[in-house]
Amino acid sequence: MKRLLAIVFIVFALALGAAAFAIDPLPFKDNAQRDRFQHLTRELRCMVCQDESLLASNADFAKQLRRQIFDMMQQGKSDKEIKDWLVARYSTFILYDPPLAPSTIALWFGTPAILLAGGIVVVLLLRRRTRPAGSIAEDLGDDW
Amino acid sequence: MNPELGQVALILALLLSALQCVLPIVGAWRGSRPLMATARSLAIGQFVFVALAFGILMWSFWTNDFSVAYVAQNSNLSLPWFYKLSGVWGAHEGSLLLWMLILNLWTVALVVFGTKLPEAFFSRVIGVLGFVAFGFLLYMITTSNPFLRLLPAPASGADLNPVLQDPGLVFHPPTLYMGYVGFSVAFAFAIASLLGGELKSTWVRWARPWTNLAWGFLTLGIVAGSAWAYYELGWGGWWFWDPVENASFMPWLIGAALIHAQAITDKRDGLRAWTLLLSIFAFAFSLLGTFLVRSGLLTSVHAFAFAPARGIFILVYLAVVVGGSLLLYALRAPKVTGGKSFALASRETLMVIGNLMLTVACAMVMLGTLYPLVGEALNIGRISVGPPYFGPLFLILMTPLVLALPFGPLSRWGKADLGVWKRALIRIVALAVLAGIVAFVLRARGWYQLLGVAAATWVMAGVALFAIKRWREAPRGKRYPFEMLGMMLAHFGIGVFIAGAILTRSMSVEQDVSMKPGASVDVGAYDFHFNGVAETQGPNYRAQQGTVVITRNGKHVVTLHPQKRTYVGGQVQTEAAIQAGVFRDLYVSLGDSIGGGAWSLRVYDKPFVRWIWGGGVLMMLGGFAVVLDKRFRLKRAVEPETVRAKPEPAAPRKLAEGEA
Amino acid sequence: MRKPVGRFVPLIVFAALVVFFAVGLVWNQTHDARFVPSPLIDKPAPAFRLPRLENPTQFVTKAELLGKPYLLNVFASWCFACGDEHPTLMAYRDRFGVPLIGYDYKDAPQDARAWLQRHGDPYHEVITDQSGGTAIDFGVYGAPETYLIDAKGVIRYKHIGPLTPDVIAKELEPKIRALEGSGT
Repeated sequence: MKRLLAIVFIVFALALGAAAFAIDPLPFKDNAQRDRFQHLTRELRCMVCQDESLLASNADFAKQLRRQIFDMMQQGKSDKEIKDWLVARYSTFILYDPPLAPSTIALWFGTPAILLAGGIVVVLLLRRRTRPAGSIAEDLGDDW
Repeated sequence: MNPELGQVALILALLLSALQCVLPIVGAWRGSRPLMATARSLAIGQFVFVALAFGILMWSFWTNDFSVAYVAQNSNLSLPWFYKLSGVWGAHEGSLLLWMLILNLWTVALVVFGTKLPEAFFSRVIGVLGFVAFGFLLYMITTSNPFLRLLPAPASGADLNPVLQDPGLVFHPPTLYMGYVGFSVAFAFAIASLLGGELKSTWVRWARPWTNLAWGFLTLGIVAGSAWAYYELGWGGWWFWDPVENASFMPWLIGAALIHAQAITDKRDGLRAWTLLLSIFAFAFSLLGTFLVRSGLLTSVHAFAFAPARGIFILVYLAVVVGGSLLLYALRAPKVTGGKSFALASRETLMVIGNLMLTVACAMVMLGTLYPLVGEALNIGRISVGPPYFGPLFLILMTPLVLALPFGPLSRWGKADLGVWKRALIRIVALAVLAGIVAFVLRARGWYQLLGVAAATWVMAGVALFAIKRWREAPRGKRYPFEMLGMMLAHFGIGVFIAGAILTRSMSVEQDVSMKPGASVDVGAYDFHFNGVAETQGPNYRAQQGTVVITRNGKHVVTLHPQKRTYVGGQVQTEAAIQAGVFRDLYVSLGDSIGGGAWSLRVYDKPFVRWIWGGGVLMMLGGFAVVLDKRFRLKRAVEPETVRAKPEPAAPRKLAEGEA
Repeated sequence: MRKPVGRFVPLIVFAALVVFFAVGLVWNQTHDARFVPSPLIDKPAPAFRLPRLENPTQFVTKAELLGKPYLLNVFASWCFACGDEHPTLMAYRDRFGVPLIGYDYKDAPQDARAWLQRHGDPYHEVITDQSGGTAIDFGVYGAPETYLIDAKGVIRYKHIGPLTPDVIAKELEPKIRALEGSGT
């Protein structure tokens, strides 16, 4: 039952999303400010339609937050200040960029670790298989 | 046509698949030709029944049979006919049936084109595919039956989700599945070779055309999905690192690594164990993708509606198929010795490095996609992973690959040829720098753009250099065998893709504006004039249609008609209007009425966006071209002298009996 | 040459992955996949000053509500799930042991009044936030959401989605009792 209600909640949220629109004319000072705004909101998650960015989302919530962010930019707040403000209210989940924290260490260091492990395997493979160039027999025929 | 017949057809197919996975394999193990011969008829029989079931479902859509619950959920009377037909795969149950149909298509293709493969090997391949089919059919019949009835039948159905009412739905899932499911062939070949204890690697040559074909289709499917998202979702993006997109990208990366590893094993008899492993991984990632999309574990606009039983079943299936294969691999993997030695500065080394980067990239994507689940399962909070993670990491991992790319074809098997490398390097660097300067003069700015141009030129120049070298050195008529042509097309496509992706990203201009009729706004070099909105109607929707005239320096370029549609089911959908061009797209999306005749609109100038998909199409063509190479045509039935790992005393006697 | 031991590695890694997924599936049955923990738990609720639904010329501030714990339930007339939650609120309004204050979120007051009239009013008090500005400070992103705020104005619990008897029994009531027990 609880799950059913949760689904209803989701469906409602999505239905709401379909009504309003992501197109949101805002009076930017100049192109640079507009680009900054787009870049910033592209990296923030819409909490309602959770796999759309704040820039793209149709949800009313996203529209409201875009206005809020725009106002804060007009007030001269930096990107970091804006993000901190949002995170204080919505948790780091609102950021698409996972911050480096104890809970995300495996995420950020996992790939370099895998690369290192793979690199070691490759090096071992190459050491076992490669011979000095001179000692390899000439291969006749098409080198393809 | 009774939908219950569809259920019966599926059950019959299930029975045939059960036989298909047992009899031929037992036949190959025992050397029994009659048993092995059943493979072909069982495969064809299964195909007939699955196709029948598919046809019946399609018929139910065509005839508006809303007593079938699936039809009622995904179609209605006013839906245009082509969306009725493609609605068959618009949701979970039907898309599974499509999956099955495509699996059978690949199997039948093997039956038709694989006549010259050795009998035992062929039987094992068909047997493995039968096992795959069995699991999926069981899954469908028990948890996801598309033929369930809805009684009393409604007069008309719910509507197909407007997002899916689009040519994209016609192309994207079928081509994507052709790719996903196509990797099952490479998988089956690998398992067959493990089952048979083959020590020689000739099976890899047989597997190569099938693998390249599947990879080509997967490329097409991903390109189709990306293009579809671009014009459907209304905000100009083409890739979001969405979990379901990642689910298709992971097998693509493994597939790309696999086709190169197979080349090494085929031509130099090297990397045998790795090729086997990759063959298993490619299909494993396809299955993983299927699992993720239908298990409810990931939130995504893409994900199908889930039910717990569905998730559990696929996980068990995944565990059995992949776990079983990896166990078989661990027990039977060929000894790693063998394979010709090679110098450090040879083609093999470069391809191994390429394989490494592709595989690590796949692991990175998997890590990022699954990490949020880790957070939840371990209760460390909701962790969010998105484009800012995937994008930069992918770029970093691909850089060594892109740098090495021109030198692979220019290298030699086994031997080092540093002279060729040096000369090529000088030329490629010169061309890349020149391209950067030209771009700068043409007002490209910023490191990102210039590096993008340089990287794209680097790759494309590399291919061109190779083509010229080959032209000079190879005799007429043998200059560009299909395999090589495929390589050239695909590598060139990578260069085109790089140009498109980086230039679009850095040069796009996007603006939200509110305009009254008669107003205009200039975006980049273009002027967008808004001429108001009028009402119009479509087959199953009513729409507000805007008229936007685009000019450049006063000259008319195009008139676009973005729409905001309201469908019969009540859903609202934006249809962006796009002027597609080779060098840039112009894009207009209608927003809201602001009052007084004014509307909000989104307008874009997107340079080079089509190069993204153009590059993808070139890669696909490359994959397809490889298939045609005469290297892969088996001239006569091959009987490999396989030295079995275990003695088979029963076999000779059975053969004698069979032949007597 | 003996076979390398590394050939078991893929199987082991895969087995770990399967276990991980199995755990995930099980977790999924018992948790709402869209749940996001609030960063405001155990932090002071934002200061607010919002008009009463009954009489918009009068305002309710956070300071006024200090002194005893209360529940703040975010709802709206346009919210379907709130309609589902409603019977539960009606049934529990006096059983919570703390006041239930309605927070009308991004709603026209007359719509909210009509909705409460039609369905019944479980709230001891209703405040309105038409613009939704204060709601952002609370970290609200949809309706219904429910906050438990203690006597010192600190948020102690947040539930996203409709309240059900199950949630109330297992999560909310223990928290309320804990507050009353500690005398805050």
